[in-house]
Amino acid sequence: MKSSVVTFPGSNCDRDMDVALKKFGFKNKMVWHDDVELPKSDIVVLPGGFSYGDYLRCGSVASKSKIMKSVINFANSGGMVMGICNGFQILVETGLVPGVLLRNKYLEFICKNVFVKINDKQNTYFKNIDNNVLEFHIAHNEGNYFCTNDQLKEIEDNQQIAINYCNMDGVIEDQFNPNGSTKNIAGVFNKNKNVLGMMPHPERMIDPSLSGEDGSLFFKNLINNIK
Amino acid sequence: MIVNEQIAVDHGLKKDEYAKICELLKRIPNITELGIFSAMWNEHCSYKSSRLHLKKLPTKGKQVIQGPGENAGIVDIGDDDAIVFKIESHNHPSFIEPYQGAATGVGGIMRDIFTMGARPIANLNSIHFGSPQHKKTKNLLRGVVHGIGGYGNCMGVPTIAGQTNFDSSYNGNILVNAMTLGHVKKNKIFYSKATGLNKPVIYVGSKTGRDGIHGASMASASFDEKIEEKKPTVQVGDPFAEKLLLEACLELMAGDSIIAIQDMGAAGLTSSSIEMASKGNLGIEINLNKVPCRETRMTPYEIMLSESQERMLIILENGKEEQAKKIFDKWNLDFAIIGKTTKSKKIELYFDNEKVADIPVNILVENSPMYDRKWKKAKLPKKNKIKKEDLNNLKIIDVLKKILSNPNVCSKEWIWQQFDHTVMGDTIQKPGGDSGVVRVHGTNKAIAASIDSSAIYCWAHPLTGGKQVVCESFRNLISVGAKPVAITNCLNFGSPENEDNMGEFVECVQGIGEASEYLKFPIVSGNVSFYNQTKEEGIKPTPAIGGVGLIKDYKKMITMDFKEIDNIVLVIGKTEGHIDQSLFARNILDEKNGPPPEINLFNEKNNGETLLGLIEENYIKSAHDISIGGIITAVSKMCIKGNKGINLKKPKYLINEIEYYFAEDQGRYIIEITKKDLLKVTDILNKNAVHFDELGTISENQLYINEKTKVTIDELKTCNTSWLTNYMSK
Repeated sequence: MKSSVVTFPGSNCDRDMDVALKKFGFKNKMVWHDDVELPKSDIVVLPGGFSYGDYLRCGSVASKSKIMKSVINFANSGGMVMGICNGFQILVETGLVPGVLLRNKYLEFICKNVFVKINDKQNTYFKNIDNNVLEFHIAHNEGNYFCTNDQLKEIEDNQQIAINYCNMDGVIEDQFNPNGSTKNIAGVFNKNKNVLGMMPHPERMIDPSLSGEDGSLFFKNLINNIK
Repeated sequence: MIVNEQIAVDHGLKKDEYAKICELLKRIPNITELGIFSAMWNEHCSYKSSRLHLKKLPTKGKQVIQGPGENAGIVDIGDDDAIVFKIESHNHPSFIEPYQGAATGVGGIMRDIFTMGARPIANLNSIHFGSPQHKKTKNLLRGVVHGIGGYGNCMGVPTIAGQTNFDSSYNGNILVNAMTLGHVKKNKIFYSKATGLNKPVIYVGSKTGRDGIHGASMASASFDEKIEEKKPTVQVGDPFAEKLLLEACLELMAGDSIIAIQDMGAAGLTSSSIEMASKGNLGIEINLNKVPCRETRMTPYEIMLSESQERMLIILENGKEEQAKKIFDKWNLDFAIIGKTTKSKKIELYFDNEKVADIPVNILVENSPMYDRKWKKAKLPKKNKIKKEDLNNLKIIDVLKKILSNPNVCSKEWIWQQFDHTVMGDTIQKPGGDSGVVRVHGTNKAIAASIDSSAIYCWAHPLTGGKQVVCESFRNLISVGAKPVAITNCLNFGSPENEDNMGEFVECVQGIGEASEYLKFPIVSGNVSFYNQTKEEGIKPTPAIGGVGLIKDYKKMITMDFKEIDNIVLVIGKTEGHIDQSLFARNILDEKNGPPPEINLFNEKNNGETLLGLIEENYIKSAHDISIGGIITAVSKMCIKGNKGINLKKPKYLINEIEYYFAEDQGRYIIEITKKDLLKVTDILNKNAVHFDELGTISENQLYINEKTKVTIDELKTCNTSWLTNYMSK
């Protein structure tokens, strides 16, 4: 299975994602933001970091960079595109996934483990995964998901909410919401569910020596689903 | 402007220093030259008050590849790997402008590391603030934490450990010390020594602006009521630019075009160019019109003294300019050939076709002032007035709860949760433990790092305090299973012109030296910050020690959380009941007199090495060193982290229970072992002449001393975790 990870100036989880994808069997290529064409890929990943220093608005400059035209075309033709953290911010700026990401409710950067509940398994990302709740890791300053009431109704009706912040038993309540996101939303799909944007970093949870191993479950499942 | 003595004094130079400049130059310097002298001869850059004493520190060892004198120290960790590390202070700017001051402190130290070819793999920080009740403390703390996070998070380098203390002596002078570790292959280390004539001198990175002019001079003086006016001397950081600079430099370093490289830190272009020329015994000629400037009409004086961030000076091999430029173009960074190396051994600057400075390099460096400042030996501490019978009226659990929620003991999660500590995917021990630990990417090795200071002990008795900080660092590394390798030190003191402050400095350095020598724990880099003083009021002497240790197989790393019910808990090291200068004496009894606990270097080394042996043999399930708050504080933290309780045995000693539990005797650890290993472990301890006591057995969920004296772990946890969050949300 082939994957591509885009490096923007200021990306800083590109190497971590490369390590994770390779560990679970992907043949991964790094793609430079200034390139025009994507290599042949089964999945394209926009990694975390601070693309273009997050100046102007997180992800906004990156969403206009050269490679993004190809990424958008790839997504619109049904290709899998996954944006993690800053990658999610870039995705909302392109409009590939609905909503916006605001500054965290308490105005502080948060780095910690969280639990997320998988809301929908009718998609290539989470299909066949045994668990309903995963322990992931977040590290962001602007992860407070917001959308209009109309948008919210639409994404709920279409089952576009991918994951919600919850406790270890899968209870979704305000007290388990780390950043103020609407309805505890931690990740969303586009309509066709080939594009996924999420704040948590599964690539930081791929080894029992690290913060945890639920990222391994995610990647193992992902490559099996793509095969 | 014609320079005179008054102008020199306004630049922070002393009258006799100005006279010396005129004598060495055999003429009156022009204003640009005076600026250069003031930048090179201030305390921050010249170490004029400290050099004499720093020379005595042990800096060698077979593991040391590079000791003090370069951008950072380097140690060998086996195979082809080396670790580059250093600590630096950014105290003065952080008090004036906490966000930018702290941010650029972090940016500056990371630059020191990647200048040597290393990719930064971990950041640490030691931050000291005034009393929590002081009106400025909360905003300073928030600003500093946001600044450290703002820079480090954006760079994508995990912040893996740190230390935060509060004491009223920092009310007018906070401390912000930042440390970075980087990983480099041994054959890919870069140095700042220029070699070869007519080699192009290249400027890369951000453009030069008017920020930070005289930053180093500002950091070499005490504060007074006009401190707000100094805001323009604080640099403004751009972590995005530095991330690009890091990637571009490492890309260029992969090839063979660099002869020498030096970052522009304190005193910017001045100190970087002079340092490279001085080390190579060469001259450097620069055309200042070629320097990329952010603002128009900048004068030579401003260009030379700007401390704009994210800039580097590189000396390239001839003919490699185009190839190098391509890399910097790719990363959208400025690249300008601004001069060349010469045989003149002078620093020669041109601007608008005129020569604007012409100074022999050796005058600036070798002839820089060095002072043997007068200092007073610290007096022996006064005796305390603690009455033993008063101790019996205290309830252990009440005292424990107070101590666990003390600002200097409580959990600092509110702080480190704002630092990305997991990026790079190699953090195997996050903040909150004895040391932070990161794997050396792609290997089985891991590096542990800890940052420590004990200003109270140093204040009570500088010599003992100096030794203690080194020992504490040693213990923190051993507690996670790391073999201590080397240290970096950040020496934060008041004014060296005050004999008491200078005495504290001299004796702390002596203590640091003695411990470091004995423990074979050499000092490979460091930084001195004097003048942490507002008017006549100086800070408590605060040497911060950054320790680095090696874990050969990262799977053998130890954490402090209790692991299993029914396991046995031992205390290694002898408990004598020393409560003078303990947190207990100072905060519960309000007794500030008395000496700090004594350091016995033999026990320190023997206890530590024996414990490392036990860890190597897989006997140790958890470990934690005993520091402020004593045995019961340490054991409570292990309970809290592991969500387990403990049944404590009645101490065998004849000392008072309170003294037993809260004493701060040194050289002690708490360890957890299984019942079946007890005999083997005690046998090894006995054979090595290591004193130990059996402390208790791990239980379900309470700390139990006797039927009347017990408390649930949840209650202790609440005490420990709520203070800082509550304080910051009020």
